[in-house]
Amino acid sequence: MSRPRRTPPSFVDASALSGPLLEVRDLATHFHTERGVVRAVDGVSFTLGRGKTLGVVGESGAGKTVLGRSIMGLLPGARVERSGTVRLAGHELTTMTVRELRQVWGTQVAMIFQDPMTALNPVVRIGRQITEGLRQRVGLDKKAAHETAIVLLTSVGIPSPEERMQNYPHELSGGMRQRVMIAIALACGPRLLLADEPTTGLDVTIQAQILALLSAQQRERSMAMILVSHDLGVVANRADDIVVMYAGKVVEQAPTTTLFALPRMPYTEALLRSIPKLADPSHTRLRVIPGRPPDLAATAAGCRFAPRCPYVQGRCRTEAPPLRTAGPDHLFACWVPVGSPQSGEALLSNIAAGVPAAVAFSASQGAGTRVAVRSGAEADFSAPGIGTPSPQRDA
Amino acid sequence: MAGSGTAQLRTGEMELRVEHLAVEFGPAKRRVQAVSDVSLDVAPGETLGLVGESGCGKSTTGRAIAQVQRPNAGSVVFEGQELTGLGVEELRRARTKLQMVFQDPISSLNPRRRVLDAVIEPLAIWGVGTKDERRERARAMLEAVGVDPDHAAGRRPIEFSGGQCQRISIARALMLEPRLLVCDEPVSALDVSVQAQILNLLEDLKASHGLTMVFIAHDLAVVKNISDRVAVMYLGKLCEIAAPDVLYREPAHHYTAALLASIPDPDPNSSPLEYAPVTGELPSPIDPPSGCRFRTRCGRAELRCAAEEPEMQPVGPDHFVACHFPVARSATGTPAPAVAGTDPGATGPNSAPG
Repeated sequence: MSRPRRTPPSFVDASALSGPLLEVRDLATHFHTERGVVRAVDGVSFTLGRGKTLGVVGESGAGKTVLGRSIMGLLPGARVERSGTVRLAGHELTTMTVRELRQVWGTQVAMIFQDPMTALNPVVRIGRQITEGLRQRVGLDKKAAHETAIVLLTSVGIPSPEERMQNYPHELSGGMRQRVMIAIALACGPRLLLADEPTTGLDVTIQAQILALLSAQQRERSMAMILVSHDLGVVANRADDIVVMYAGKVVEQAPTTTLFALPRMPYTEALLRSIPKLADPSHTRLRVIPGRPPDLAATAAGCRFAPRCPYVQGRCRTEAPPLRTAGPDHLFACWVPVGSPQSGEALLSNIAAGVPAAVAFSASQGAGTRVAVRSGAEADFSAPGIGTPSPQRDA
Repeated sequence: MAGSGTAQLRTGEMELRVEHLAVEFGPAKRRVQAVSDVSLDVAPGETLGLVGESGCGKSTTGRAIAQVQRPNAGSVVFEGQELTGLGVEELRRARTKLQMVFQDPISSLNPRRRVLDAVIEPLAIWGVGTKDERRERARAMLEAVGVDPDHAAGRRPIEFSGGQCQRISIARALMLEPRLLVCDEPVSALDVSVQAQILNLLEDLKASHGLTMVFIAHDLAVVKNISDRVAVMYLGKLCEIAAPDVLYREPAHHYTAALLASIPDPDPNSSPLEYAPVTGELPSPIDPPSGCRFRTRCGRAELRCAAEEPEMQPVGPDHFVACHFPVARSATGTPAPAVAGTDPGATGPNSAPG
């Protein structure tokens, strides 16, 4: 990666202040392995406005984490192939050298990782890990950095911060370590925070503490956030928009309320219904998605969800569905969208034909109920423009 | 003792009856009180959900029930037989009817053994049937848990996903036709779509095999889905026990209320929590707080909570709580909101200086 040396981007130019904060176009990240090419992220596009929150959901192996790291430019190596564009406040990140990226990391975009134990350096005191960025990026002197670090630790809810500065990560609990990591990420005042499963592995009461902390900090700093989680509950009332990923691709993308109310992609629908909900009575039969996510190293024609989909049709197995619009800011990739008249027919014929996914679907719905098309959704589909390919997304 | 007492125990024939169970680890000076005076019972055909955060002693309780971890005190009566005093040979015999399923499905199977052999093993040990009969029964059981025996038989665990391995573990646990199945976080390592498969499977097997279950998990929604009765634990103590619908609608213990309020609501129209329902962290089980163990993080705590351990007391039909000042119930049945404590570790905008 040797490129001509350029002046580091300033990021304060006026032109960057209009338009979206982050623009990701056709981002792909492929790993060349002994088993073949693993398409961990395969053509992802989205935009994120200033101060907004984007939720990225999906199961393990969907490419959520790789997407975050790929945006950051944290996946170097000869066997990693990245294509597409990532524009942050008008600046293209994919063509930057590591030297240039260092001007961006921390001050423009910061990341918090899933496992606070391995993400922190185990042999460096907490204090130095926080002040490092402040001294190198912001250029504070030792004393000022120390004082700022104490203010930061206090703001993330760490008691007796002066003493904690002297601690090593192993001396803190998981929740406290995650607070330290948030303090490090916030230290240089980033405009975008990438939170990759920030509460996975934490207890539910600690998770509530960390999520409340993130919300408060985000509001205070009017910072944008990409919240990656496998838990729809975590993103449901925090994200403005949600991107659902499956096998490295975005399969649905919509404003949060729309996504929950009217999912179009069968995978989104299944994901929403397979979670046990507190509001449901005990022994509620859960919706099952039979099988498991595909092997990303194996190439397959058609929709990657087809083998697990109750509505699957012939076309789904041969031709990959493009992202189409279903309403304002609502994109989905499916030939037989949930709620469309053809999905009802497809489901009935699949049940009759004994397609495993359809049989499992009807079994978990209980004796043939709710097989019919949802009434509210039908009306939506007759609206003009819906179902026609979106000109900008359809590449 | 806090969370002690036996008011929650029922009369009548119980599949499992645990009384004053205590498990401690480590040397006398730094003794970890993992489980302290826990009493509970499980009726035949019932699923008891045991829920709590890490370090609450739920797994240790499960292991002590199966005598995998011998308890330091208390009694475990399973099908009328006291397990705690049994010798090794008697215990082996008793355990054929009491099986466990563990959290990590991949490491709970021997990686070097073929799947079919692993499932046959319990029958082979007890010399049940002929070799062919054992083989047939193992194949039938794999089929019953949704694993294709033709595909799986000769393969090793590494060739299967976590969900498939969990199915195989369940098949193995059911081979000796146990009466009681202790499931220790059986779905927490699985993705949500696979989690739903396993939960539905356990419900089916419970019905078809007439199983009684102790289901241990940290996820309250999962526990609610599968349980007939739910027990909430905190720092080695029982806090509350009730039918799931009652417990989730009208939690009486402040910890239960806070735990429920902490769960992220998968409803986009709900407002995100601005303040964490519980502040601070779990105290050390080596030197647990006096009186009620939750008092250090409880907004309702008074001097009495430090001086006197609350005993389990009834607050409604089949609803028991160990708290001096249970959550007040309004006429509508919704609990009053839990009050946040004044711990220095408190989060929220107010704790941020300028």
